[in-house]
Amino acid sequence: MSEKSKEVVKQGSGVYSDHEYDAGLRVIHKDAVADPGIEPHRVRMTDKSEKHEKNAVRQVALLFSLSMLGSALALYAYFAFPISEDLTTVRINTLFLGIGITLGLLGIGIGAVHWAKTLMPDNEVSEERHLTRGSDEKRAAAIEIINLANQESGFSRRKLIRRTLYGSLALFPLPGIILFADLGPNLGDKLRHTAWKQGTRLAKDPYGSPIKASEVTVGSVFHVIPEGLNPDQEDYLEQKAKAAVLLVRVDPAELNETAERATWSYQGIVAYSKICTHVGCPVALYEQHTHHLLCPCHQSTFDLVNGCKVIFGPATRPLPQLPISVDSEGYLIAQSDFHEPVGPSFWDRSVQQ
Amino acid sequence: MSPLKRKLNGLRRSPMAFGIVLFAGLMVVGTGYTAVQAAVSPTTAVSRSQEEIDLGKKIFLSNCASCHGKNAEGTLNAPSLIGVGEASVDFQVSTGRMPGAASGPQLQVKPVQFTEEQISALAAYVGSLATGPAIPDAAYLQANGDPNKGGELFRVNCAMCHNAAGAGGALTQGKYAPNLMGSSEKTIYEAMLTGPQNMPVFNDANITPGEKNDIITYLKYLQNNRSVGGDELGNLGPVVEGLVAWLGMLGLIIAITIWLGAKSN
Amino acid sequence: MSTSVNTQKKNGFLAGTANYVDERVGVGGILKEFGRKIFPDHWSFMLGEVALYSFLVLLLSGTFLTFFFQPSMTDVIYDGVYAPLKGAHMSIAYSSSLDITFEVRGGLLMRQVHHWSALLFVAAAGLHMLRVFFTGAFRKPRELNWVVGFVLFVLGMAAGFTGYSLPDDLLSGNGLRIIDGMIKGVPYIGTAISSLLFGGEFPGHAIVGRLYSLHIMLVPALILVFLAIHLFMLVIHKHTHYSGPGKKDTNVVGYPLMPVYVAKAGGFFFIVFGVIMLIATFFTINPIWNYGGYDPSPVSAGTQPDWYIGWLDGALRLAPTGIEFMIGDYTVSTNILLPLVISLVFLAAVAIYPFVENWVTGDKREHHVLDRPRNAPVRTAIGAAGVTFYAVLWAGASTDLIATNFKMSLNQVLVSMQISLIILPIVAFIVTKRVCLALQRKDREIAIHGRESGRIVRLPHGEYIEVHEPLDPHDLYKLVDFKDYKPTLARPNAQGKITVAARLRSSLSKFYFEDRIAPATQTEIDEAAHHAHEIEVEVQKAIESAK
Repeated sequence: MSEKSKEVVKQGSGVYSDHEYDAGLRVIHKDAVADPGIEPHRVRMTDKSEKHEKNAVRQVALLFSLSMLGSALALYAYFAFPISEDLTTVRINTLFLGIGITLGLLGIGIGAVHWAKTLMPDNEVSEERHLTRGSDEKRAAAIEIINLANQESGFSRRKLIRRTLYGSLALFPLPGIILFADLGPNLGDKLRHTAWKQGTRLAKDPYGSPIKASEVTVGSVFHVIPEGLNPDQEDYLEQKAKAAVLLVRVDPAELNETAERATWSYQGIVAYSKICTHVGCPVALYEQHTHHLLCPCHQSTFDLVNGCKVIFGPATRPLPQLPISVDSEGYLIAQSDFHEPVGPSFWDRSVQQ
Repeated sequence: MSPLKRKLNGLRRSPMAFGIVLFAGLMVVGTGYTAVQAAVSPTTAVSRSQEEIDLGKKIFLSNCASCHGKNAEGTLNAPSLIGVGEASVDFQVSTGRMPGAASGPQLQVKPVQFTEEQISALAAYVGSLATGPAIPDAAYLQANGDPNKGGELFRVNCAMCHNAAGAGGALTQGKYAPNLMGSSEKTIYEAMLTGPQNMPVFNDANITPGEKNDIITYLKYLQNNRSVGGDELGNLGPVVEGLVAWLGMLGLIIAITIWLGAKSN
Repeated sequence: MSTSVNTQKKNGFLAGTANYVDERVGVGGILKEFGRKIFPDHWSFMLGEVALYSFLVLLLSGTFLTFFFQPSMTDVIYDGVYAPLKGAHMSIAYSSSLDITFEVRGGLLMRQVHHWSALLFVAAAGLHMLRVFFTGAFRKPRELNWVVGFVLFVLGMAAGFTGYSLPDDLLSGNGLRIIDGMIKGVPYIGTAISSLLFGGEFPGHAIVGRLYSLHIMLVPALILVFLAIHLFMLVIHKHTHYSGPGKKDTNVVGYPLMPVYVAKAGGFFFIVFGVIMLIATFFTINPIWNYGGYDPSPVSAGTQPDWYIGWLDGALRLAPTGIEFMIGDYTVSTNILLPLVISLVFLAAVAIYPFVENWVTGDKREHHVLDRPRNAPVRTAIGAAGVTFYAVLWAGASTDLIATNFKMSLNQVLVSMQISLIILPIVAFIVTKRVCLALQRKDREIAIHGRESGRIVRLPHGEYIEVHEPLDPHDLYKLVDFKDYKPTLARPNAQGKITVAARLRSSLSKFYFEDRIAPATQTEIDEAAHHAHEIEVEVQKAIESAK
């Protein structure tokens, strides 16, 4: 497929290689400017003048000494500035330890580089390269060895051995892979249910006291968890990660509810899942006047008075609504669990169970 | 029928009966509502002199009525102030947000235009119009609460807008939640209580006065205990850290490599 | 026999040791082979070293941290010195991170050194990759090394991500939440993979321990393996050098390894370490004590990942609204899959670029002289477009911070970035290509006519000319020594058919090379010099006749 360019170029001769390479689309100009050779060495002050050289030596020594001082300071600081409950002691210990180590390191580094730049020879030297590919003899020898190995093992001609070898090599890693299947259990229908049940009281996050409907005034937002969720229980965070709810009261006149959901709110108080339907961050920002809920991670915005539908940002589905009502003592309760899985979408979330 | 019963029947049919029942009903509902409201937002705790209220009304008429209406009933330009309480006025005016200036997504903090006396008078006047959130009791402004509880409540209720270290954050359409460092205890309390502009209202049933004190304690702890790690870089998180890494560290190192590779004089 | 023992004793301890080791390991041969290897000296060649040294710093500081950090998600109640968290529920991972910060001398310093070093590692590796790209150092024989470097870059991102998620704080925990949400959005197998990763429902009790194994064992091991391959190839290929007098594809010009490079590169390690230590002493990074332990309910404004993951977060934010759709009862999370696919395509494009350019130019020779970016205008323009694309995605991760700090509307910032993502790379391509061509023309001008000297001369017939100084031959060579390519026509193959591949190659070669500026040739320079000489003669004649 690649065509041979008319200008096939020898790369040097003898020392480098006499292998010919296709130059492709390269244009070789026969009258290109000739290479004038490496620039002549420019003499440094430290090469010319002994005074400058001595200065450079002193500077390098000074830098190395500064490093020694720095390391000593770090050792001293570690013991001289103990840390206690007072956080300023932590700052001071960190500060002086850090300054000491910094000096200890930079002194060596800058000193070494200064030494190289000013005192070590800076004549540019040229070294010949060799083509990366092996020479033709080496390659021939290598091919010879491979052929020998092939002959002696019979790899090419023994089809049965070869094919069964491939089969065994392909299969042996598979048990190793399947070992990882117990890394996590089958989730079953866990994603479809939360800790909310009929009658569960809405409680304040994080301390868990129940909320009365009368306490939720217009313009308020309460961060809610199911009553009874206990930080000491084994799956506290897993349950919270599905059950977190936002509770807001708006003027009932501004609430646009569908007929189906008219019974899900209570006198303008609505409860929505706090878990973003994009990728699961808490949708925690509530703008009192605009009735918008904003997720801080990717800025998905939900319109609370219109069923929390998405009005901006990468989310698609509205936040699931928790149907609420009040019990006999006036506390807000859930009528049931959410009517759909909360949180980010997954493949079969809408499949009827 | 007993004589008592006959008398009551007469009373029941009296034309005054309606007025009495109505009055009774209103009293029940009114006091009941007030009692409930008292649970969620304390009524005016300090009693104000009529002088103060009159002074406040004068200041109001010359500075606020053009937008808020002669009787604070609100106009197209500004909402009604009836029922916002002394706390709202104190918050808005003592932070310089009010008098409101150019229109924009939200009110900006500006130099305060009134003296403490005048602000107090204004608050007294607006507070006198109807019951509303009161200026908090000094007992809850001592920042002597539990910083752990305060921190936890702050992270649940406040950090999503104001950032975990109170550095501020974005809302939609150009609005924002401001940086909280440097705000006074009173200002913080009043903001929680009154829910200025798009900030939600955190009434005392949601975050109790003691809990508000805890939150203030936490914020003051942050303010008074600068980071043990050195400069806080505005507490803005990984974005600023990344900028410092690229421009600061890599920039410095590249400058050093240029020195390193350059020929000595 | 006795003489040789005496000689050894006479030459001292150092010589004796060297002899001892050589007799057992043969270091003498290694020293002979590599001791005076030539390395070219240019500051832009040190970026890879910065990455290497910051990786060493990561290993050192990381080892210290492993002695104190406990990767367990078991719940405890904090009883340490940091007052605002006293009494709070948190995982042992978070609690041990707080202990390192507040109760171990030098613990906070090492945490900060480790994290700053991680940011520098990926930044330096990225900048190094850009240098390699814009100078064409990925050409034969280094295409495979480019792929190895690409793998190292991705491994660096993986190391960083697994690392900053270890303290199990609110900020990184929300990052894990996002990852879980993204994984769940993968069709069919998403929820299964999510459960495998987290050991059940999110957040579970397994993830920190598993990320720990990845972070301290698997990923560093892979980085070391690929690093070894990377450096091994560097030794075989020798380093490239910029074009200039004396520098050819068949040699390497620079300074010997010992002593100059040992001093400079060795010293440089201490400098890089020192700079990291300096920043870590004075600037806070990742103040986990402000965030609290991870809880799925609270969240902080300004939730961003570390910078090198920023472009992926930005891709998520920039996805248009409402593109998730249903196929029957099944949900296709396009709002997650689209950013994911675009990111993978971008990475793939980066990884295969050398092979594409190789195929288009058909140049099979080894390249050891680097291109100045201006001399490969379309490659440079493609790189500029790629960088712009990456940068817009990266900026997309900080839309909320931009909005708050520059007093703009969050929504407007986002929409502008969505538009910029498409428009800006195209603009960057066009502008960069034109700038490169213009610079090339200028170089040609200077090469042929010399530098403007500022002397204006009025010729006898009234013309004003500016006298140009011819260039020093060494400077001239730098301007004209670059590789020139021209486009090709699609040719029929052996069967007389023009294949699709041939047509594609032809159009790509036009795309790359139809706007080309050829280097100035000796003939052109001689002509111009002759012309200049004629004018000079005329000027002299005029001066003479005026006297």
